[in-house]
Amino acid sequence: MVTFKLNGETREVDADPNTPLLWIIRDDLGLTGTKYGCGIAQCGACTVHFEGAPVRSCSLPLAAAAGKNITTIEGLQSKAAQAVQKAWISMDVVQCGYCQSGQIMSAVALLEQNARPSDADIDGAMAGNICRCATYQRIRAAIHAASAELTA
Amino acid sequence: MMHMLDSASLAEWLPDDTDAADGATGFTRRGFLKSAAAAGFVLAVQLPLARKAFAAADVGIVPPGDFAPNAFIRIAPDNTVLFVIKHFEMGQGATTGLATILAEELDADWSQVRTEYAPANAALYGNPMVGGAQGTGGSTAIANSWMQMREAGATARAMLVAAAAQRWKVPADKLTVSKGVISGPGGKKASFGELADAAAKLPVPTEVALKDPKDFVLVGKTATRRLDSKAKSTGTAMFTIDVKLPGLLTAVIARPPAFGARLKSFDAKAAKAVKGVTDVVEVPEGVAVVATGMWPAMQGRKALKLDWDLSEAGPKSTEAMFADYKALAAKGGGVTVQRADDHAAQMKKAAKTIEAVYEFPYLAHAAMEPMNCVAWLHDGVLETWGGHQFPTFDHMLAAKAADLPMDKVTLHTLISGGSFGRRANSWSDFTVEAVHVAKAIKRPVPVRVQQTREDDMRGGLYRPQYVHAVKVGLGADQRPLAWQHTIVGQSIIAPTPLAGALIKDGVDETTVEGVWPTPYTLPSPDITLQSPTQAVRPLWWRSVGNTHTGFVMETMMDELAAAAGQDPLAFRLAMLKDQPRFAGVLKLAAEKAGWDQPLAKGKARGIAAQFSFHSYVAQVAEVSLTADGRPKVERVVVAVDCGVPVNPDQIVAQMEGGVGFALAAALYGEIEIENGTPKQGNFDSYRVLRINEMPKVEVHIVASGEAPTGVGEPGVPPLAPAVANALAKLTGQRVRRLPLSRTTFRLT
Repeated sequence: MVTFKLNGETREVDADPNTPLLWIIRDDLGLTGTKYGCGIAQCGACTVHFEGAPVRSCSLPLAAAAGKNITTIEGLQSKAAQAVQKAWISMDVVQCGYCQSGQIMSAVALLEQNARPSDADIDGAMAGNICRCATYQRIRAAIHAASAELTA
Repeated sequence: MMHMLDSASLAEWLPDDTDAADGATGFTRRGFLKSAAAAGFVLAVQLPLARKAFAAADVGIVPPGDFAPNAFIRIAPDNTVLFVIKHFEMGQGATTGLATILAEELDADWSQVRTEYAPANAALYGNPMVGGAQGTGGSTAIANSWMQMREAGATARAMLVAAAAQRWKVPADKLTVSKGVISGPGGKKASFGELADAAAKLPVPTEVALKDPKDFVLVGKTATRRLDSKAKSTGTAMFTIDVKLPGLLTAVIARPPAFGARLKSFDAKAAKAVKGVTDVVEVPEGVAVVATGMWPAMQGRKALKLDWDLSEAGPKSTEAMFADYKALAAKGGGVTVQRADDHAAQMKKAAKTIEAVYEFPYLAHAAMEPMNCVAWLHDGVLETWGGHQFPTFDHMLAAKAADLPMDKVTLHTLISGGSFGRRANSWSDFTVEAVHVAKAIKRPVPVRVQQTREDDMRGGLYRPQYVHAVKVGLGADQRPLAWQHTIVGQSIIAPTPLAGALIKDGVDETTVEGVWPTPYTLPSPDITLQSPTQAVRPLWWRSVGNTHTGFVMETMMDELAAAAGQDPLAFRLAMLKDQPRFAGVLKLAAEKAGWDQPLAKGKARGIAAQFSFHSYVAQVAEVSLTADGRPKVERVVVAVDCGVPVNPDQIVAQMEGGVGFALAAALYGEIEIENGTPKQGNFDSYRVLRINEMPKVEVHIVASGEAPTGVGEPGVPPLAPAVANALAKLTGQRVRRLPLSRTTFRLT
């Protein structure tokens, strides 16, 4: 039995402790905003916040989450998160949308650490998130827009 | 992807008609022809539509009080406007596009619009540009729906107006409609919802007036935003991987380790011992491990003992294939695509020839959501949930796999995490394998077959490998005199039901599109095609033949321009006759890119254009080199002429995305195969574009009153040749083989 906090709520899971957190979140706990894309921490579709930091949940065993705070797209609440989601929607960043939960989790983590990221900062924080629709130009623009709102 | 074809050709592929299953929804050859003909959906038959095919009763159960004048619109008393979307949404924005057209003619308020995806019903929701079958491809969603959606919207509007006129006892022409509200003399106002019940009782008019385009308030406006942005920005959009059903199980399939491998035997004992594994069953695709979740299914698969017969595994290697293809090209022969009578004579006169051989690798689509489908066999019926991009194929093949008549099969079409062509295929592979597993477990439980990234990437259905050999004879004035061109590579269309329509005299038009026909006036051409077969299944990949023909033609144009000592833009324009729209995008892209302006040292521009899917796109790429000799594409200026721009911001998005998708393939895209096994299996080895590699993209849309044409694919073809042309200018090195990662570039 492993206990951790998911989006502020304490959850107890009876599963193989080697199970990647991604599948615990999706299959055991039923939150499907976090996506599977590669299983080897290459694409970032499964990005969640682990104690506030972006991690690839496909490569994080359940055991590592014991006693930790995990946030998924469903649990986003911060000002940075609101600014990011608002910018994403108003700029129509998405196309297929499958990678966008992960993109948003990475973008929110970036802005929570650095409210005024440069283009290079954005490259650094977002290069682990693949978008096959190549919405990258709008992702960059939306992060800048969210940053402007946060620092206004 | 697919091009115009006729319903008769599609029907040829359908199973022989027994008529046993041929009820209203029984999909048989005769039934298909009947329904296609009844709906007026055959090639070249344009609107007006056969309205009798749009009986509201066919849209499903319409609640009393709702107004459903046709198969696309349902207005409820609570004032919601529901649009039934006949096209598949894979990110390209078709949902928003079709809704925009409907809302425009209906004069609905954008905020009251809701959408749902159409059920499988080719008679109601067929696509005349794919022979009347229900399917999305070939960048046809807006093009084929434009007049149909306008008429559907205008019809509903006319009936709502008539209902208001009746209620208020005023002539209909005294009423106006704006943002979902009908207004009449004396300040009378009514919402659509208030009039729904009354409108539903009126006869459907046989003729309606369409708006004058100058009165459009949604079409052509950037204020019309995507309908799915919120759901996709909050994690609530539901994809196939997210489907929840009572007792839903997850399966992964142990698949052949090589193309052509056959299962000899397997031992499931250890797999069955994995906690959470419920079933291990053999299916035509391999051995399925079914479990309560993805992880136990994967662990179970790992524990399987499998014995494969590899004696027929192939191809031996993609390098050997290139050697074979080059030998075939050198030998010549094949079928003639186009030959001018004076070709040999003109080539003989040539003072000089330019020859080049080009190599293009297999490419995987690598959509973000790996292939999957949910199938549930229960109570004598089959239900599926999936990215049914081509419902007509999926419906028929799912029924066949389940051994059920088609009217016992219901498809629930969901959005998908990309496709790029992968989810439209005439094997319906991802649907059929889910049905096989659901059947094999022999109990009425829903099962999701989920491919891992590796399953998806190593599963074939690739953009085929191609070789082009080109020889252009130049006159003493350095102008082209004769053009010899041979293409070698698998036919994408040959194994599909479209073969009858799209392969003429042995020529798969999707292999040669862009070489022949071409907007350029090719001097004395001799164009041939050889289409060898391979154990790897071929498939259309965003922009199909244009992915390679565009590269060859547009890089050769630059070589010829250089030989003639001419500017590449001027040279192209001189090769064009009566092609104002093609010339128009070339000039516009050049102008916006500052083609004549000098660039900083270490940077160069390249230009390329392609006519594809009835749209014209030109791109100018600005390229530099990294310290280790890798191309860095810094800026891409795009000019697009796609007729009436329905959703300009979505056209921009498709051009941006097309550039990024094409750049990924140009830089890195390659599936290599050894002894039947693809080397690349995931994003670590099959590199795709990341944010730090995305160029600045600027898009310019040509104002046009022509009927709208495609934008999903046409942004792809010009990118690679534009980049290669810039690299040639920068380094003097001509690119003959993609991806670019195979070449180290050096500044001249």
